[in-house]
Amino acid sequence: MNKLLSESLATATAGVSLLHDALLNQGVSTQAVEWSPPLGGKDLHDVMADQRRSVANELALSKMLNSGAVLVDVKPASEALNLGRGEFLHAGPPIEWSRASGPMRGALIAAMLYEKMADSAEAAELILEKNGVALEPCHHRGAVGPMAGVVTPSMWMFELQDPSTGNKSWCSLNEGLGKVLRYGAYSPEVIERLDWMRDVLGPLLQVGVRAREEHIDVRAIISQMIQMGDEGHNRNRAGTLMFLRDLLPFMIEGGTSSDVARAARFVGGNDHFFLNLVMPACKLQTRAAENIPGSTIVTVMARNGTDFGIQTSGTGNEWFIGPAQTPHGLYLGNYTADDANPDIGDSAITETAGIGGFSMAAAPAIVRFIGGSVPDALATTRRMYEICEGENPTFGIPVLEFRGAPTGIDVTRVLRTGILPQINTGMAGKVAGTGQVGAGLVTPPMEAFTAAIAGLATRIV
Amino acid sequence: MIRIEIRPGFYRDSVSLMQVSQRAGVGVSGALVAMATPLNVELAIQMGFVLPPTSPNDLIIAIDAPNEESLSHAFDVVEEVLDEQLRKSREQSSDSGFTPARTLGRTQGAGIALISVPGEFAFIDAVDALENDMNVMIFSDNVTVQDEILLKDIAIARDLLVMGPDCGTAIIGGVGLGFANVVSPGSVGIIAASGTGAQHLTTLLDHAGIGISHCIGLGGRDLSSAVAGRSAKQALALLDADEHTDLIVFVSKPAAPEVAESLQNVARAMKKKVIFGLLGPTGSDITETAEKVLDELGVTHRPWVNEVADAGSTGPTGGSLRGLFAGGTLCDEAMLIASKRTRVPIFSNIPLEKEWLIDPFGPATSHAFIDFGDDAMTVGRAHPMIDSKLRTERLAKEINDPSCGVILMDVVLGHGATSTPGEELSATISESSKPIFISLIGTTLDPQNFERQKAILAQAGAKVFLSNAYATHAALDALGVPR
Repeated sequence: MNKLLSESLATATAGVSLLHDALLNQGVSTQAVEWSPPLGGKDLHDVMADQRRSVANELALSKMLNSGAVLVDVKPASEALNLGRGEFLHAGPPIEWSRASGPMRGALIAAMLYEKMADSAEAAELILEKNGVALEPCHHRGAVGPMAGVVTPSMWMFELQDPSTGNKSWCSLNEGLGKVLRYGAYSPEVIERLDWMRDVLGPLLQVGVRAREEHIDVRAIISQMIQMGDEGHNRNRAGTLMFLRDLLPFMIEGGTSSDVARAARFVGGNDHFFLNLVMPACKLQTRAAENIPGSTIVTVMARNGTDFGIQTSGTGNEWFIGPAQTPHGLYLGNYTADDANPDIGDSAITETAGIGGFSMAAAPAIVRFIGGSVPDALATTRRMYEICEGENPTFGIPVLEFRGAPTGIDVTRVLRTGILPQINTGMAGKVAGTGQVGAGLVTPPMEAFTAAIAGLATRIV
Repeated sequence: MIRIEIRPGFYRDSVSLMQVSQRAGVGVSGALVAMATPLNVELAIQMGFVLPPTSPNDLIIAIDAPNEESLSHAFDVVEEVLDEQLRKSREQSSDSGFTPARTLGRTQGAGIALISVPGEFAFIDAVDALENDMNVMIFSDNVTVQDEILLKDIAIARDLLVMGPDCGTAIIGGVGLGFANVVSPGSVGIIAASGTGAQHLTTLLDHAGIGISHCIGLGGRDLSSAVAGRSAKQALALLDADEHTDLIVFVSKPAAPEVAESLQNVARAMKKKVIFGLLGPTGSDITETAEKVLDELGVTHRPWVNEVADAGSTGPTGGSLRGLFAGGTLCDEAMLIASKRTRVPIFSNIPLEKEWLIDPFGPATSHAFIDFGDDAMTVGRAHPMIDSKLRTERLAKEINDPSCGVILMDVVLGHGATSTPGEELSATISESSKPIFISLIGTTLDPQNFERQKAILAQAGAKVFLSNAYATHAALDALGVPR
């Protein structure tokens, strides 16, 4: 039976402060919530009234929590994704050349040069302008790509699998920081590095991965790195080293010493190498929660440098779009805010899965790097609990007494609280060919969430 | 006997799990609560546990106990300690809270969300609170009847209670929610589909020395045909089962006849006696209901009985009666009495008959009652129990209106109401040459102090009553209306 009359009351008030004060005057312990009028109008009301929602969201969260991610193979995109010549994947929602931002264009030019489909940047642009290449979002094939996220057939991909669903996800190998394709650079050094990754690094990683008896449990490494100062988006240092630890002996056994040495130096010297395993692991987590009718949980957040798109569990593969925002943070060298391109990349899949900006409290070491302070980081993570369906005990945040990472962004909570998801991100130069100019914090546009609630409202049965 | 449970992907740090193992290990032969690392798996095997395949990210709970009872006790302890640790971690990382459900998720006891946000948004917070197993009191009005029905159906399915929408008053376990008076604890449980009705009944009983266990509010629409007493039936069951309640009183504005009948049928099947006090042409007023309760309890003390005589005679005045009310139910009650005695139309912004509707802002020419707490009068303005300005201005006009003979008012004390109700009215009252009758709804322990307010109003020249019905009768007497 309802304990209302038999147990001591615990009260919370939303609205008139006078009623809160009246409780305080009686010596009753009570909480006044920080209420503000919700966005989303009648659509939000109708979705809140949808009796499927609560159960569907619980199911979405439990599917996310029960998902796994192991590294099963490393192979070229042509094999892994059946990507044919003249087909490129990119980050974010669909985009065509005419609306593409500088870094996206730069990355596509680099891809043309790398695949030898053009012998100069100018020639590449001419072909791209005439839509001579088929462009498709990574997410449409279950893959994810950081920053511009451009994937071409001969790039090597990590292949991860979720044992709970059998789903697979893929991501390219991380090139390092600075002048790299994913930040829109296409100078000769960029192409040379990609060639080496194709000819040496990719095959060597494949040998190592295939030689292991057990698959590397990427999710377990993420769980540990969160306790070692990484948040899995802008800091992947511990994860990278644990990955190298698990794979290096098998690479040594299967490769020539000079190749292994260079590969080990490259991986160990690139703190972001493991990001490209965290991202597909996160994709597998959110993908486990896809297509649950009535669920308002976000399954994708992705940007192409022009648009920010989200998908929700209850609305399948439909994109809800708003303009990508420009991040705030710190800049490399002489770069300034004027040099930064709007938000770009599929890496916001990490926040969609509860880490990255959502678990900032786990990574005090990098708060200054993205222009914040330790109290900011704690406050950010605490704020993210307000918009999430639940917590992921697998990703325990030490400084919060191992409280689980805030997990399962609920569109209705975003609209009710006005709190937007916090994303940690790198910043690309807005001029094609520049590369990285800094790192910082960004949020999605609220339009994506108001569009999503409208999409959810039309599907109420 | 041995029981082993594996929780995939459930992480807790080793020190915490050691504490769990220690607490669960009391009174059993062996207990291991640990992550399934190779070391712990080895340890489990040494302790004689046969484990299924695990990964290091899984939690093992393995207990060896002499019998089923101690085995299940040990598992309960594990659950309890794990929960305790989680709660502690949440308390230590307590966050600000943007929704009642989230804020209360971290507290103990019977949760209730008191929602007073604008009516169009109240549904959203209410449904969220219910889904998070909290009871809800919706102070807001302007919630659609469809939403009210949906909320109450969700509540019934989850064994929760929705008080409201438009529920102004409740007292649960001595805690006043919304507009509520400080009354003594006792064994009378009240169910009210009327906020000021509840306040009046509880204060009358308090003056007669009778305390209450709880006062459950329903909102003004619960007894309509559409809502069909959904919350009322739950409230009856709750009070029937409540160990602190011996007698139940049900007060309401006029109810849909079939709903009133079905509630009376429910009441007949209950263990405890229910006294119904339904206002209406054939019902009883609130004072009569209070007297029925006192009769039932064998209490003869009725401090309001001599008030009319004490008020003295003013001799018949000319003109008509003007009622200026803050409480809607008190206004209704006074109009019912006035209508019965005068047998002429009583005009109002909340009229008893549709044809008696008037504009509350325009001047009146005959008997007229204005409910300043009506929804239409409170758009963008606080309730008259909080902000007396509009009513005081109208009082000044009536004092100078030659067609007005006698003025009748209510003054409601208690939590939520203005701290200086008497002070705010006294200057205007003292200018009146016309008799002013006031029902003062409150108790000695109210923040405004009943005795002090009574003295202020009486000193200004008003005739102050405990009973709204008695005040109305006295006002009609002053007009020379025959009893």
